[in-house]
Amino acid sequence: MTATAAPIGLPRQSRWTWFGVFAVLFLIGSEALAFLTSPPDRDMGELQKIMYVHVPSAWMSMLAPGVVLVYSVLFLMRGREDDDLLAASAAEVGAAFSGLTLVLGMIWGRPAWGVWWTWDARLTSMLVLFLILVGYLSLRAFVEDPERRAQWSAAVGILGAINVPIVYMSVRWWRTLHQVQSSPSTVDPAYVLGLRANAFAFLFMMIYFVRRRYEAARLGRAAELAAEAVALGER
Amino acid sequence: MTPWSDDWRRVRTIAWKDLTTERRSKAGFNGVVALGVTILVLFGFALGPDTQAIRDAAAGALWLAVLFAGVLAFNRSYQVEIETGALEQLLLYPGARWTIFSGKLIANLTFVGLMLVIVVLVGIVLFQVRVPSSWPALVGVLALGTLGLVSLGTFYAAMASRSRAREVLLPLLLFPMLVPVLLAAIEASRALLGGDLMHEAGAWVKMLLAYDVIFLVATHLAFEHVIEA
Repeated sequence: MTATAAPIGLPRQSRWTWFGVFAVLFLIGSEALAFLTSPPDRDMGELQKIMYVHVPSAWMSMLAPGVVLVYSVLFLMRGREDDDLLAASAAEVGAAFSGLTLVLGMIWGRPAWGVWWTWDARLTSMLVLFLILVGYLSLRAFVEDPERRAQWSAAVGILGAINVPIVYMSVRWWRTLHQVQSSPSTVDPAYVLGLRANAFAFLFMMIYFVRRRYEAARLGRAAELAAEAVALGER
Repeated sequence: MTPWSDDWRRVRTIAWKDLTTERRSKAGFNGVVALGVTILVLFGFALGPDTQAIRDAAAGALWLAVLFAGVLAFNRSYQVEIETGALEQLLLYPGARWTIFSGKLIANLTFVGLMLVIVVLVGIVLFQVRVPSSWPALVGVLALGTLGLVSLGTFYAAMASRSRAREVLLPLLLFPMLVPVLLAAIEASRALLGGDLMHEAGAWVKMLLAYDVIFLVATHLAFEHVIEA
């Protein structure tokens, strides 16, 4: 048996494919529901519709550091490689969502405020969160030894997650201009249903992304191990 | 022979060892101070010759000069040991791992603190800063800001200095994490330099204190996982 043909521990599970199909359909349904049920906003008109992707995306970006924190702590406690890979997957998906939030926010901010960017508390702390996640991911990219990479990124992940609320507080003191967060209690009832549905749609998408990223990471590790075995002549 | 006095002796020994290495060569310290002063001069060019504009931006420019010069100091504190293979030996000695971190932290605090004194004095002259009557409070802000900067810097350098591309990795990890320290330190310094008319410096000092306590504890706890891997 050649090492490259060694069984890789994780077959793609078809139930996750079905979950993905469900998540995408749920997202399409939620967007359709939100667009059909909500009237144009008094001030912003149809522009308000971007809320249904911008706000859930921001919520998911704030959820991601929490997931990284939990799996990093679990890794340091139990030392299981799966926990490390899950933390890394959550960080990567979190970076994608926070990047998306920033871009969507700019697209919304340009017509609503007249500027692409303003140094407001929520924008700035989202940007810093994005940079913290990018730092975490660069650390992983720059360290080859898997054991060391897992230990280090767990420590960096925990410190980064602790810092997120502190960054938010400090930037909020520094400057505030953004409208109060949109939550079901602050927006007009006409928009609540669409926002709620989309929050769940984004949550399902996030779970699906993290799962798929994790599977890819497992395959990557298996490939590394197989290559190592070949290099050591263990055929 | 209480365990605490043993730990304290280890901390002192490591701090003394690091500071002795720096004192014997001096090139490192001189280089870092020269860089700090150079950055100040460059900020002067960037901000233009208008006295008032320069004075208003002094607090921010000073902290950034200290940050950029300090980054070089953090990697240095592990570099010599890694090059000679002494870090492995250090880990073989008995005793808690956090004492290594505390020792290096104290050495780096001394190193960056001395650098900061020189850079700030030069900055006061170059940026024509009027030293306020509440200067002891300003010294306190400088101390608290340095503590936050150095504790995270020393922690992240333990990883960055042992990875590929350490010059890139350390700032990439460190700078976003330092946003609260920098904001609080810059705003508190700016308020105090302006006479603190709005009484806002106190809030920023509390923020600095909270940050320092949280990350002193967190880095001491996490160091063990970082240094052994």
